[in-house]
Amino acid sequence: MAPAVVLALTMSACSTMGQDSADDEPASKRVVLVTHDSFVLPKKLEKQFEQESGYQLVVRASGDAGALTNKLVLTKDDPLGDVTFGIDNTFASRAIDEGVLAPYDATLPAGAEEYALPGDDDHDLTPIDNASVCVNVDDTWFTDHDLAPPTTLDDLVKPDYKDLFVTPGATTSSPGMAFLLSTIAAYGDDGWQDYWTRLMANGAKLDAGWSDAYEVDFTQGGGKGDRPIVLSYDSSPAFTVSGGRSSTSALLDTCFRQVEYAGVLAGAENPKGAEALVDFLLTPEVQAALPESMYVFPVDSSVELPQEWAEFAKKPTDPWQVDPADITAHRDEWLREWSDVTSR
Amino acid sequence: MRRALALAALAAVPLTVLGLFFVLPVSGMISEGFWVDGTFDPGAVLEVLARPRVHRVVWFTLWSSLLGTAFAVLLGLPTAHLLYRRRFRGRRLLRALLVVPFVLPTVVVGVAFRELIGEAGPLGFLGFDGSAGAIIAGLVFFNVAVVVRAVGASWESLDPRPAQAAAALGAGPVHVFRTVTLPTLRPAIISAASVVFLFCATAFGVVLTLGGLRYSSVETEIYLLTTNLLDLQAAAALSIVQLLAITALLVVAGRLRAVPDAGVVRTTQRMPRPSPGDWPGLLSTGLVLVLVGAPLLALVVGSLRVRDSWSLGNYRALSGHGSHDALLVPATDALVTSLRTAVDATWMSLSLGVLVAIVVTRRSHSRAERRTRGALDGLFMLPLGVSAVTLGFGFLITLDKPPVDFRDSLLLVPIAQALVALPLVVRTLVPVLGGIEDRQRQAAASLGAGPLRVFLTVDLPAMWKPLLAAAGFAFAVSLGEFGATSFLARDDHPTMPIVIFRLIGHPGAMNYGMALAASVVLAATTALVMLVVERLRVPSVGAL
Amino acid sequence: MTLTLDHVGVAYDGEPAVVDASLELTDGQVLAVLGPSGSGKSTLLRAVAGLEPTTGGRISWDGSDLAGVPTHKRGFALMFQDGQLFNHLTVARNVGYALRIRRTPHAAERVRELLALVGLEGYGDRLPATLSGGERQRVALARSLAVRPRLLLLDEPLSALDAGLRERLAADLRTILREAGTTALMVTHDHDEAFAVADRLAVMRAGRIVQQGEIAEVWRAPVDPETALFLGYARVLDGPAGSTLLAAAGLPEADAVAVRRSALTLDDAGPLHGVVRSGRATPEQVRLVVDVDGIGELDAVARLDAHAAPGERVTLGVDRSRLAPIPEGC
Repeated sequence: MAPAVVLALTMSACSTMGQDSADDEPASKRVVLVTHDSFVLPKKLEKQFEQESGYQLVVRASGDAGALTNKLVLTKDDPLGDVTFGIDNTFASRAIDEGVLAPYDATLPAGAEEYALPGDDDHDLTPIDNASVCVNVDDTWFTDHDLAPPTTLDDLVKPDYKDLFVTPGATTSSPGMAFLLSTIAAYGDDGWQDYWTRLMANGAKLDAGWSDAYEVDFTQGGGKGDRPIVLSYDSSPAFTVSGGRSSTSALLDTCFRQVEYAGVLAGAENPKGAEALVDFLLTPEVQAALPESMYVFPVDSSVELPQEWAEFAKKPTDPWQVDPADITAHRDEWLREWSDVTSR
Repeated sequence: MRRALALAALAAVPLTVLGLFFVLPVSGMISEGFWVDGTFDPGAVLEVLARPRVHRVVWFTLWSSLLGTAFAVLLGLPTAHLLYRRRFRGRRLLRALLVVPFVLPTVVVGVAFRELIGEAGPLGFLGFDGSAGAIIAGLVFFNVAVVVRAVGASWESLDPRPAQAAAALGAGPVHVFRTVTLPTLRPAIISAASVVFLFCATAFGVVLTLGGLRYSSVETEIYLLTTNLLDLQAAAALSIVQLLAITALLVVAGRLRAVPDAGVVRTTQRMPRPSPGDWPGLLSTGLVLVLVGAPLLALVVGSLRVRDSWSLGNYRALSGHGSHDALLVPATDALVTSLRTAVDATWMSLSLGVLVAIVVTRRSHSRAERRTRGALDGLFMLPLGVSAVTLGFGFLITLDKPPVDFRDSLLLVPIAQALVALPLVVRTLVPVLGGIEDRQRQAAASLGAGPLRVFLTVDLPAMWKPLLAAAGFAFAVSLGEFGATSFLARDDHPTMPIVIFRLIGHPGAMNYGMALAASVVLAATTALVMLVVERLRVPSVGAL
Repeated sequence: MTLTLDHVGVAYDGEPAVVDASLELTDGQVLAVLGPSGSGKSTLLRAVAGLEPTTGGRISWDGSDLAGVPTHKRGFALMFQDGQLFNHLTVARNVGYALRIRRTPHAAERVRELLALVGLEGYGDRLPATLSGGERQRVALARSLAVRPRLLLLDEPLSALDAGLRERLAADLRTILREAGTTALMVTHDHDEAFAVADRLAVMRAGRIVQQGEIAEVWRAPVDPETALFLGYARVLDGPAGSTLLAAAGLPEADAVAVRRSALTLDDAGPLHGVVRSGRATPEQVRLVVDVDGIGELDAVARLDAHAAPGERVTLGVDRSRLAPIPEGC
């Protein structure tokens, strides 16, 4: 291995990338946060955490929630960091079952208890934010076409809405998976396949990811597509506001709620720092910053939402739910069946 | 014995890098599939191979990649002829422009493509959206530049006299091409085609975005199995299929590349201006320009629209933090990170590539030596054909302990990119180095030149142009690399493609526009770098 | 069956390479275009082959203009200085290249014949890389002759070879061209090569054809001093020295006179006198440099048994056939 060391030294010496000063800090003085690539917090808040806690914050962000969870599972013997954020309720029970996390019973803010992971009695995961995946409609389009927009999952298979719906696929997109879970919750283990058959027969279009569906095919997306019904989020109407009103609305009877959690990693070098970061994510400052930086609702019901959110982003009161343990147990089977049904 | 030692010494550095950053992680990842709960269980992996879905996936990957490669070569050859053997204003610009698709993140290109061919787009009537045809068009879009550049670099310095001799013997242009030019270009064409095939076979975004989920390739399947289902047995099975397929491809390509006499005279010459007889080149260049230009134009137009009116707002926003703080760093910082990473990846892949090219092209003195060199040649192509997901996850689980504790190193990104670029560098250099007559080296040696001096005076001048072409390639690969980078990039240092991906993945009209604007900036930067590289092509240095 | 060049011009990026060239070459003749390197002779050849576009004038075959006729339709064969064999093809496939294009029947038989013609029987299966320089040129020649081109264009066909081989191959080339009855246009910078192969000669300098005609005629009467020197004359004398020499040879007065090395011989009955400066024996004669009275230093030859030590005073005769008076106005 001597050549490897020489090589590493040479490469470092010649590299324009330079050295990372944070890596030189002793492990007890820094907290390494392992998260997905949608994680964003204002720099100001990160600075605030470092000042208040005395730890240096190192963020390692890559992949989506699924990749994050599976990475943590694969590296559980030698964890990538101290604390994680971004495991959601569709992957949570896999992470817990694999023993990736260490218990930490954080003090939850008002209203957060509602989002706690069912069955997580050890407090491995702490809820931080939530966002519901809902069918969205372009109200302008429906007004122009003199057609009443759909309101329920059942509506989507009616001939009136033939060729109008676009959704990202369940195998390739996390909101797509959430929508599949909605239909599984709504139609049951034996009924959802039939629903999807009818949905596809009614001209539903499948895209790879959320951006393909929303930005290209949706009539209110960046690319001005031609489908006025799209799968997106409950917060999406807040982003289509113009002249004091939103041109889209979310169908609150079609939603599946995704909750994102933080947790201390088992075997963390700095468990104290990890716990400090979980607490920090629950502070009112961070909770209030979540909508604008990560497009999600805070779990703290007491923080004030940005004005457009308060006005246009309505949360579902009674979203569809599937037990996280069920999701982990059946994910493979459901996705396979879904692929079969949709590619027929 | 001394030859063997010299060979080993030269090969040591690239082999160590490959072993450390490719063989180790990939085999680590594959063995995760074979060892279930601590016991060796190959049965589960083999069972996967019997699944009908796996057959379908492998079959689709095979035929779509073959078609993509065939079209890229068919369009690329006449285009290379026009752009490298004809002289006209703007040809450098065209050459630079063609490389642009190569660096654009597939998410954005997918969006741009679909704005054209989607149901509501200007080409929507073709019904192309979500079809295999769209996937293949996307593959050609990304890869035609590989054929044009790799073959063009070889074609440009080709001695025109054998072709003239053939013409003077009564051979028409087609016959001359078939009997004289093609055999000489064959190593370069086969090289380019095999690289393109590997790119096609491991394409990820194109298949997902343009295929509308109806098609799965081996690569998308590995992604699904690894990141979503954590079905490591199945992922290992498919990774092994990939490795076997690449090996088969490399053996076939190695056979096809071999020509009876590789000694090709290289010259520099004044190229004639295009004439009506160049219609195949003009036609294919036109087609390629439309194929490459239309989505790019859609990108540019989209980036200049803010709330239904023309504006530079998207570009101004790039220096800030996004409309809703979607960016942790301004896109301008990401561009700097991208460029610095690309510089690193370029010098790494060039140094490794030159060593590999020297090792594999030196005349062998025995059959065993020739075999060894041939195997080495193929070995360095492997990173192209293996899933970025497998590699990315493999990094995390194998490079975590001293002395190979690279998991958190900032160098991991440029190294991973250099490995992806390495095959392109090697494939660009080998045909040229292989074409240098050994007697020239012997002549230099007999005049008292040591091995280094021989290299500097004989090999380097001949290699100069291809070396620049390879540098351009490596730079472009690095600028555009998304797969491995997305697994390795650290949040405080995202590259441009990562930033673009993040922008387009979040709602908000401004973010969409900024993603397009950032893509245009990335594209323009690439084109600029390529133009500079073109300028560096000093003809007198390239003369042999 | 005549190749006619009528005031042909060729330019590279506005720089004229061939200016106002007119030539005629009739059936069965071999014309050598002789000129120093850079004189534009190869460019002229390439223009005839259709490899360079002309900027003016007309190249025609039997009266029909060749402009617009692509190289491969001209029915000419071009043989390059270094042969330009196709390295990836065997000797036989190289020679049979044009035969295959025309789908000639019994091509294999014809290839054997051609290889015999150039003295390379049995070489058919070898690769060009295994041949010597002379063998490669023979293969190139056989390849060019395969389909009996109406005109063979030879670009310095022998200059890449060593002297002995060149001489032998030049003689072979002439014989082969004669036997095949081939009309040929050859460019060369070597006057010996031109004399050995060609019937007619055109001398080119700085892009212009300065003289052309029967080979002996051109040789006898070079049009100007440079041409004379290029054709192998040892010296050109003008002024009083020239007049003295012409008078001694009994020739009429001229502006200048070109002198071959062998024009003066040791001859007691001769009209000139001088002092030997140096002498060097060759296998056939002794070559002298003599300081001739009223002229200055000149070359002379003597029989091997002649006594002509440096410093000795000698009498010299003049062979007028080895002098070439150069007319005025040049």
